[in-house]
Order: sequence, then C-alpha cells, then structure tokens
Amino acid sequence: MTDWLGPAEWSALWLSLKVAFWATLVSLPLGFAVAYALARGRFFGRQALNVLVHLPLVMPPVVTGYLLLLGFGRTGPLGAGFEALFGLVFAFRWTGAALAAGIMGFPLMVRAIRLSLEAVDAGLEEAAGTLGASPLRVLRTVTLPLAWPGIVAGAVLAFAKGMGEFGATITFVSNIPGQTQTLALSIDTLLEVPGGEPLALRLAIVSIVIAAAALIVSELLANRVVRRRAL
Amino acid sequence: MLQVHVTRAFPDFTLDAAFEAPAGVTAIFGPSGSGKTSLIRAVAGLSDCDHARITLGGRDLSTLKPHRRNIGYVFQDARLFPHLTVLKNLRYGGRHDEEAVIAVLGLAPLLGRHPASLSGGERQRVALGRALMSAPHLLLLDEPLSALDSPRKAEVLPYLEALRDQTAIPILYVSHDMTEVARLARRIVVLDRGQVVVSGALEDVLADPAAVPFIGVRDAGAVLSGRVVGHSDDGLTKIETEGGALWVPGAVGRALGHIRVRVPAQDVILSRSAPEGLSALNVLSVTITGLERGTGPDVAVALQAGQARLLARVTARSCDGMGLQVGDHVFAILKATAIAPGDVG
Repeated sequence: MTDWLGPAEWSALWLSLKVAFWATLVSLPLGFAVAYALARGRFFGRQALNVLVHLPLVMPPVVTGYLLLLGFGRTGPLGAGFEALFGLVFAFRWTGAALAAGIMGFPLMVRAIRLSLEAVDAGLEEAAGTLGASPLRVLRTVTLPLAWPGIVAGAVLAFAKGMGEFGATITFVSNIPGQTQTLALSIDTLLEVPGGEPLALRLAIVSIVIAAAALIVSELLANRVVRRRAL
Repeated sequence: MLQVHVTRAFPDFTLDAAFEAPAGVTAIFGPSGSGKTSLIRAVAGLSDCDHARITLGGRDLSTLKPHRRNIGYVFQDARLFPHLTVLKNLRYGGRHDEEAVIAVLGLAPLLGRHPASLSGGERQRVALGRALMSAPHLLLLDEPLSALDSPRKAEVLPYLEALRDQTAIPILYVSHDMTEVARLARRIVVLDRGQVVVSGALEDVLADPAAVPFIGVRDAGAVLSGRVVGHSDDGLTKIETEGGALWVPGAVGRALGHIRVRVPAQDVILSRSAPEGLSALNVLSVTITGLERGTGPDVAVALQAGQARLLARVTARSCDGMGLQVGDHVFAILKATAIAPGDVG
C-alpha cells in the first residue's frame, strides 16, 4: 500500500493536510468574526469589508500570491513584523503555504458562515437578552448552536480549498519539495516529468477522495443538527 | 411603580408617550400602527429612542442594556429556542419559583419536548413561564394571544388570569383586542398615533363616554364587576353586580366567585318605560349621567346603575326623539346573548 505512492508524494499529501488544517483552524475564529460583523453589524465600511473579503475569490490567484509576497516576504512590512514579534517566517515555508490557503479559502468560509448567521432569527437573540443573557452568553448559547451547520460547512469548504490551492501558493512560496510542495503542486510537477502521469493520476484520485470525504462529513454533521432540532 | 416617558420620531408619526403603571396589569391599547409595540420595545431597551426616561421602583432603567433591566418580555411569536427542550428554555433566564410556575402554567407534561412539537398555545405558555422564571421586576406582554386562534386563546387566557392574580409586579399588556383587555387589565393606556389619548383605571375609562372615539365605537362598553350567584338548568349564569342582577349565557365562573362582565355599548338599548313582553332578560334601572355626541350619527350615553356604571350607544335621532337628558331615569336593556363568553371572566 505504501508503495502505491512514492515518498515524495506521501510527503506532499501529508504537507497538504497540514497546510489545510492550520489554514482552516487559524482562519475560523477570524472568519466567524467577519461573518458576524457582516451579518449583524451596521457600521461604516461594512461594504468595503465585504469587498475586501471576497477579493481573493475573484482576483487572479497569482495576484493574491504576488501581494502576499510583497506584504509577507521577509522584507515585506508584515513579514518582517511577524518575524520580529513571533519568530514566524512565511516566505518559502509551509507556513506561507498555509497563509495562502487560508486567504484563498476565506471568502468561501465567510460566505457560508454569514448565510447561516443570517438564517438565525435575530429575535431569538433579542429574547435571550431580555432573559438576562449577556451578548457573549447569547452568542455561546443561541447564535453558535443554531449557526453550527453553516460554520462546519464553511470550515470544510475552506479546508477543501486549502487542499487544492495552487496559484497563490506557487507564486508566494514557490514549489519546494518537502517544504511547500503540496498535493496540487506535486501533481503539476509530475505532469511536467516524462512518465510521471500515472503517479499524478493517483494523487488526483487521493485529492478527490479527500474532498468527497470532507463534504460527506459536513453533510452528516449538518443533518445531525437538523434532526436533533426537529425532535 | 413603573414610570415611562419615551419619544421617538418615525417617518410617519412621532411616538411621545408618558404613563405610569402600578403593580397589576396595565393594558396598552390602540389600533395597529399606533406605536404600542414601539413603546414597550423602548421600555425593554430593544429599540433606540430619541429620549427615554424609564424608572421602575425609583431605579432608572433607561441607560441600562436590555439584559440588565430585569424585564420579562413575551413576544407575539413566543421565540422559544428551537435547539433546547422546554425545560431548558424555561431555565434559560433562571429558576425562580420553578415548581410554582410549571404548576400554574400547566407545563409539567411538556418539559422534555422541543418547541417544534408544541402547539401555538403551548408555546406561549412556555414563553410566559420562561419570562417568569427569570424573576423579572416588570413583565411586558406584546400581544401574546394575537397569533392564536380563538380556541387557543381561550386555552391561554385562564393562565394569564392566574398569573395576574398571583404576581405583584407591574405587567404591561399590549393588545388591540378589547375582550382580552377587559378581562385582564386593571388600568388602561390608550395610544393613538404615538400619543397617549386616554389613560386611567379600566372601569373609569371604559365607562367614560368621552373616551368612546379613542376606544372605537365597536369596542366601547363598560365593565361590571360582580359575583356569581348561581347557574340555571337552562344554561345561564346569574351574576349579582353593583347595578343589579344580570343573566349571561353559559355556565361561567365558580359560585360566589368574583367575575367581570363587559357590556358592549352597542348592545345596550334604552327605554323610557319598564319594558314588558320583551325577550331580553336583563333590564336595569339606570340614571343618565352624561351624553357625548361624536362626529358620527350616534351618541354615547353614560349610565349609573346603583354603584355601577354602564355605557350605551344610541343614534342621535333616538336620543333627540326620546329627549334624553342628564339626570333622567331610564331602563337599560341588555340581551343576554349579546354578552359573549369571552366578555365574562
């Protein structure tokens, strides 16, 4: 079984899972906060925030990657800041691949969470407030449990997007085996090599299986929530 | 004692309402769009106001966030948390008087269920219980029965009456249904286009002919208090009021129990002479204490029957033809069947 894929491919698969996992985990709280602000907030600049969040969805990925390179490269203002403050380097590291994946998946995540938040009756939050619940308790006991399926769906979409991200990643952190060569990048490389196509196909199958599994898991979770509520 | 003064400009009218509400039920009455809901949302802190001064027992609520006001709010649409059982819904705001609340509202059989499986009436009872268990210092009921059909209303009303009789806090009851108001409220504040047009003790306001235009000619009618003195075999109940005995349809109330009867003004007929050979069962000897001509073709006539006050609505033509004057002694005739079961309670 293990020789079905070569060591380089196993490493690419493992790296992709790691990149997508961290990208999803770190962007989830931020994605929820932005979705909440867009769904419930009435503030100046709301539309601007909305456009900013959705930009990676419509911009050429190579532009996103280039902007990341400018901002988060070792000499970029943000990259230098992160390195000085936390010792965290993005340029040409797997962390950069995770950053690119997180940013590319962000619009999908925010959109799914926002829709589920908008489906939560604000009247229920109001009712919870009249019962003495602080805004934080309302969030924890009413908003989050009711928006749960959308949050899971948003996370799954972002994870799947992170698994398959290509353009921004290769522009930002290049294609370094073992360091930044994720599944998608690995497939791309194999297609360039003579005789690499059978392996590329295997990797393609792996990525399809992972994507399908993620979707099924999110559907099951959502269904369970819906069933519990209908009882 | 609750004291309220709120103002807020809307595109089409200005809410500018001041009133006081002691312990007991104060009805906020008025047509749709008169600002009733805006008013109590302002009291709860759920809507912004241009100006708000709200004090409850001397404590200023106006600057507090809604969740710090200690207010119970029952919405028209119950707003139960769909992901929690009835018991968890009830306990969301606290467990004050849990056993008593569950008993009074008859919630014991519902505790393990989810809101989706409850009927409209059951949901409102749970919403009421949930508000009570948060130990509120003020209870706001925003048309809690308006989303229910008549049988469901009849199912919930007795619970509201029990609540009224057992609670010592001010309760604001928003409604556009005079039947509910007459059964539940002790005081009434009538709103029209955002302004308080009449307010006071329910019996006084409903017996005041000058208030008829604000109440609406169809809803006008005095409320008599009395005691149930007997149920007859032919399906009537005899009620001894301060103005005399009344027969009402149906077996209502408990023997010797206190009861209220709303007598719609448009169902009262006036006669100069004691009627004979008439099918109407209820004839009271009354004195005219006031005549109020409206802009329409009718006259509101205030009547005194012993200690009780009644209101009649007659046409201006009848009034002139009979030569009705303040101080005249006449007979007020009420058809027993004109008193709907909902008007007694």
